[in-house]
Amino acid sequence: MQFIKDRSNYLFGSTKGLILVAIAMIGMVTAVWGMLSGPMAEMGVREVVIKLLGMDIVQSEREGRIIILYHSIAMAVVAIETYMLTGLLKMKEFFKMSVRVLITVGYILTMVFGMGFAYFGHNWAFHGLYITGLLLIFFAGVLLCVALWPWNKEYYATDTSYAHTKKGIDLERVAFFTAAVTTVISALFGAVPGSYYGHGFETFLAENIIRLPEKTAMEYSIIGHLHIMLALIAIMLTLIIGRWLNFKGIWHKIAMPLMILGCIVLNLGVWGVVTPLEPVAHMIIYVGATPSMLAALFLLIWSWNKFATEGTAHLAKPTFLQKLAAMVSDPLKFGPTWQMLFMNFTTSGIGIFMAVKLDEIFRVWPAREERIELTGHWHALSAIIATIILMYYGDMLGLKGKVRQLYGWSILFFSDVALAAVTIFEMKRLFIGEAEQQPLVNGLMYAIDFGLGMLLVLLAVVMVWRLVDLFKSKGRWSEEKEHELSQEVAK
Amino acid sequence: MKNIISSMSLRGDCFAKNACNDGRKTGLLRRAVALLAMTILAACAPVDLNAPMPAFDTGIDPNAWARIPAGEFHFGQHEDVESTEAYEIMITDVTAAQYADFLNAALADGTVKVDGESIVGFYPGDEFHGVNHEEEIKAGDWVYIPLDDPSQRLQFDGARFTVQAGYENHPMTMVTWFGAWGYCQSNGGRLPTEIEWEKAARGTDERPFPWGDEILRGNANFYSSRDPFEDMASFGSRTSPVGFYNGQKYGDYQTVDSASPYGLYDMAGNVWQWTGNVYEGMHYRFLRGGSKDTYDMDLRVWVRNNATPTYFSPGVGFRCAR
Repeated sequence: MQFIKDRSNYLFGSTKGLILVAIAMIGMVTAVWGMLSGPMAEMGVREVVIKLLGMDIVQSEREGRIIILYHSIAMAVVAIETYMLTGLLKMKEFFKMSVRVLITVGYILTMVFGMGFAYFGHNWAFHGLYITGLLLIFFAGVLLCVALWPWNKEYYATDTSYAHTKKGIDLERVAFFTAAVTTVISALFGAVPGSYYGHGFETFLAENIIRLPEKTAMEYSIIGHLHIMLALIAIMLTLIIGRWLNFKGIWHKIAMPLMILGCIVLNLGVWGVVTPLEPVAHMIIYVGATPSMLAALFLLIWSWNKFATEGTAHLAKPTFLQKLAAMVSDPLKFGPTWQMLFMNFTTSGIGIFMAVKLDEIFRVWPAREERIELTGHWHALSAIIATIILMYYGDMLGLKGKVRQLYGWSILFFSDVALAAVTIFEMKRLFIGEAEQQPLVNGLMYAIDFGLGMLLVLLAVVMVWRLVDLFKSKGRWSEEKEHELSQEVAK
Repeated sequence: MKNIISSMSLRGDCFAKNACNDGRKTGLLRRAVALLAMTILAACAPVDLNAPMPAFDTGIDPNAWARIPAGEFHFGQHEDVESTEAYEIMITDVTAAQYADFLNAALADGTVKVDGESIVGFYPGDEFHGVNHEEEIKAGDWVYIPLDDPSQRLQFDGARFTVQAGYENHPMTMVTWFGAWGYCQSNGGRLPTEIEWEKAARGTDERPFPWGDEILRGNANFYSSRDPFEDMASFGSRTSPVGFYNGQKYGDYQTVDSASPYGLYDMAGNVWQWTGNVYEGMHYRFLRGGSKDTYDMDLRVWVRNNATPTYFSPGVGFRCAR
């Protein structure tokens, strides 16, 4: 009994344990449900999985199923970010505990009962529990905003090397707070139409209605919701990575006000799509996205410079190559910001290119081609977010030496190969016709499947290792139980 | 290529010489790079667009029409109820042979003409509303089909149109919305509206596919459906003859009878089909049915696709209503 109690305390009572559980849950869902589409479907694996697991797949409910699947995974990611930031930032123990309990119960209910409802027949009690899960996560978000309240003097900046106001308000905390508050408000933009449509199945995927000149306020609300939620997850993760790396100094002082401003304007633009401001909403969104991305760029500049400088401190006059080698010497710390840069090729760059050439190029193609770009670029962003989390998690595990190098570079190599191939796949019509595309498509699919497949294998190896570790009386878990992320922030 | 092959065989040489401890790591790296290079080379390999096409007589008459009675039916994914007047619709997509006949007649009577590397015909234009992203479709000559595209299965010798051998009973593809509109007009018909198209595909119940609730590979020509016309290693999917999925066995390939409740074939897969609606505030025209290039999810009867009316593709065809 004590055996189970100890492990439960670790898995559900410590930051690293909670993160491990959430990653394992996402990994399992991704592995199983990833077999229902794409090449796996072509090879007939989908049919085997459906029969083996007894799934009830109704054709007209595909869009509803997918939306529940997205929410199941997204809520677990939101939970991971919440564990990270409650482990990194100062807050009252009561809030920390309450937020974690609410969000843990919330995402597990959402995932287990949401997927149960969507894929295994329609047990309406399951649907109720799925909604309850989402509701608990919402309440956890509200509570988190209270916990983060940056105007509490206890949380004022004491170190002047971090961004702060004249009064001493910690601007990084304000940025976290802003992201949390806007996330909670933006969640409502999905919740309201979700309630309006009833049970979640009489619904639509945004990419399927994108070209219709007239959309209802509810449709705009959902389109805004899905865009901003992913953007906010990315913003929150950028802040978390900055805290983990101990982002500070002049770049921090410029970046934090930009992040706050960008986050607010970005949200106002997205919320504006359901108001008469809709015609100019996109312009507001661009205005908001720019400072947010600049803030991320400043984190990149600061961190790369730090790695290069600290890594060559022992050398009197380091060469450029020595600095470069020092910069990339730790893939787990270099990787997250590299992925943020890489994101510009796979997501932001594609999005801006599409916006600029929309009528000239993309809207000349059939809607199904445009759908590939739309779904491709946000799948790429989601994957990038996942890899950044995995890299931070690798550091939390305390990976060292060759294992650390192998783990970090494998994540970077496999994911970037896959995402580069996805980007070429999205844009293939620019340079190849439909009739000639098959060999290229095959090559790209091999690259995508290889990259993502190896990433999942790597994750599976880590999960099996952690599972085996749990059976050891003095395993790594027993050390992690006592550690808090704030103790492991870079010096 | 020789270098790549030689680097691929490094492992064998290495074992033979039994002196490869240091070389093994390099060998692995080389092999990985070589494999990647070969994949890229394979991806750049030219596709034979005129690879031999198996010829089958499906026994389905492309000149036949089905009568759809007036009345209500379930429309769309969420099964709204819509109704139509009675109308007739072609049992199959318009074939390449039918379209060649049309062009020969139209060229003779001046309805269409050659304009550079295209065949063009008159379209009276649409009302323009100036909505965001809307493009004006003015009265004038518009492209019906391109002549210079390697995927075009119609051949023109300067006087007559003929069909590339083997494609006579395949759907007419590489045709714009204007070309589809022109064909139907000249035959005393019109393109079906989206509602008409869906009713003809679905009947009056709530089925997602023209033949029922589930889809098998033998039901339709879709992406990677393993039909006799596709080769996913080279040219990918190709069209199948109209009415192919009628329960017949073609050589070793057994199809499932996949007619719609009103006896229409190919209402799911093979080629997307242009529909006739011109919606206010948008120049896009809608396509239905999914195609040889799409996954099965796009073959569900309510799925919509759209494109500019000047768009043509090896995966787009049409049928007419009247």
